[in-house]
Amino acid sequence: MLIELKGINKTYDNGQPLHVLKGVDLEIERGEFVSIMGASGSGKSTLLNILGILDNYDTGEYWLDGKLIKDLSEKTAADYRNRMIGFVFQSFNLINFKTAVENVELPLYYQGVPRKKRHEMAMEYLEKLGLTDWASHFPNEMSGGQKQRVAIARALITRPQIILADEPTGALDSKTSVEVMQLLKRLNQEENITIIVVTHESGVANETDKIIHIKDGIIGEIEENKAHQAWGGPMMK
Amino acid sequence: MRELFYEIAGNLRNNKLRTVLTGFAVSWGIFLLICLLGAGNGLMNSFMGSVADYISQSITVRGRWTSKPYAGYQEGREIQLDETDVAWTEGPRWAPTVNNVTRQTGSTGVTFSLDGNTVAGQISGVMPEYREQEKLKMYAGRFLNQDDLKQRRKMIVLSLAQAKELSPKNPEAVIGRWVGAGTVSFRVVGLYYTDESSMYRTCPIPYTTYKGIYDTSDKIGSITFTLDGPETKSEHEAFEKEYAGALRLRHDVAPDDWRGIWVNNGYTSNMEMNDAQRYIRTFLWILGLLTLVSGIVGVSNIMLITVKERTHEFGIRKAIGASPAQILKLIIAESVTITALFGYIGMFLGMIACQIMDKTVAQDAVDIGVAKIQMLVNPTVGLDVAIEATILLIVAGTIAGAVPAWKAARVKPIEALRAE
Repeated sequence: MLIELKGINKTYDNGQPLHVLKGVDLEIERGEFVSIMGASGSGKSTLLNILGILDNYDTGEYWLDGKLIKDLSEKTAADYRNRMIGFVFQSFNLINFKTAVENVELPLYYQGVPRKKRHEMAMEYLEKLGLTDWASHFPNEMSGGQKQRVAIARALITRPQIILADEPTGALDSKTSVEVMQLLKRLNQEENITIIVVTHESGVANETDKIIHIKDGIIGEIEENKAHQAWGGPMMK
Repeated sequence: MRELFYEIAGNLRNNKLRTVLTGFAVSWGIFLLICLLGAGNGLMNSFMGSVADYISQSITVRGRWTSKPYAGYQEGREIQLDETDVAWTEGPRWAPTVNNVTRQTGSTGVTFSLDGNTVAGQISGVMPEYREQEKLKMYAGRFLNQDDLKQRRKMIVLSLAQAKELSPKNPEAVIGRWVGAGTVSFRVVGLYYTDESSMYRTCPIPYTTYKGIYDTSDKIGSITFTLDGPETKSEHEAFEKEYAGALRLRHDVAPDDWRGIWVNNGYTSNMEMNDAQRYIRTFLWILGLLTLVSGIVGVSNIMLITVKERTHEFGIRKAIGASPAQILKLIIAESVTITALFGYIGMFLGMIACQIMDKTVAQDAVDIGVAKIQMLVNPTVGLDVAIEATILLIVAGTIAGAVPAWKAARVKPIEALRAE
């Protein structure tokens, strides 16, 4: 079991307590391609933040690859994020004053990998995603799809246990969205990378093998979707 | 480290105008600091440096006129040291502290003449050690020696200024010539150097020669000796008080009547000079540092704004694995880079300004009639100041970056990613 959540509770206290996650239990196996689907306010972003060790939870247990992720120091959390988790965000979150290849290199910089080695690796991943020609371009010189592919390359470069994708197609047009989802699917199938996509779009969720519905802070129905029948035919918006 | 500087360069390039405006405050602070220290050094070199050249490491005592009635005597009595005082000073009471006791006669005013040119001067009989004690710098020829003393030679050492009066075209030609001095004449063996600020006109002849011509008594003008033992200023002052007090009592002078027997203590004068230099330097440093503070506050202010603006970026960095310490390092390094880079520009310009001062203001001498005084002498700063300023800049940059860096390091990755 790669990910195991047991009774996760999370309450935000901004003046008035807001109980966001009300005892979430969830298991995800290595190599799965799942989506977490829910409306805004359902708690899916909070769940993603906890899965990504970006946020703490109040009670319960979160096991990631056999390690209990609880009350970690900032330094350890940063190290775990760096080595175990690759992030793909809706708004790409590339650093604007760095070129594509420099953005991809950055996680390796924080691992202390020598400059030349990480440049080679970054170029290798850019090539894999068909971006060799764009390596020395800045993010604002690239299209949304290209930027998201750079972000995916950055997420892959540390060979993480899981890729967490937060609305990865949210800022893309439908054609590019399909391409990005195809890319994630290919990475899952060919490289056996565990991928968790958080989305509110059923079309995106349909591309994954398993759809986990979340509503009002509780896991609802878990749909097996190997045949991608939940939404018939190719993905559309 | 290289990657760190590459990161910093990227950020500074992104905000050229802001970087330059921030840096200007630091450059200005360091520029003023260097100019202040340079001008301060110039003034100190002018007023103290040259004086220090003439302060000898010795003590001289000289009889004058009493200013207090004592032991039944009225004030205003002239005190005359004599050979017994020399023997007493050399005696067991002051051994082994007192060394190299020498004596000098009083002086006699004369008019020197050579080839129809004349110049005034004071003839004084001295020992060969006089040159070292008075720190005379020889311009040409030699000083008096033991043979001159033993054989009572009629030799004299003139100042360069006097030689110029006697032989305007070629002062050195005076050496070897016999110059008239009233009813006697002396052969010039050497010229000592006087700068234009000096009014020195004493012309040394052998002690024995003087005693044969001008004063056949055993009276003595002054006694000079060196000390071996006292180290600190207070030890020197204690010795001076004890010795001068005892000497005054020998002549029935009040022990604290410094006008009766006058003491010139080269050791304590030097120490006071060094103290004064240190105080002035400290004062200038404080002034310069206060100027620099505004620059540091400026850098700190800008870094705070920068951190605020870059919250999102720090969030990304943290999400992909940057630890708080690594973010802290990045911001402090950035702050130190801005401070050091622009500090060095300021230091460089300050040193150029010092060089310009050296070439312009420092070349002008103020004529005060009897002498010319150079207002600034070598108004520059040395390597030591450059090193001190470098350390200062690194410390200043770290201080300026500390609070912003701490804020950046505490940014929570989710909050940062939310800020768009």
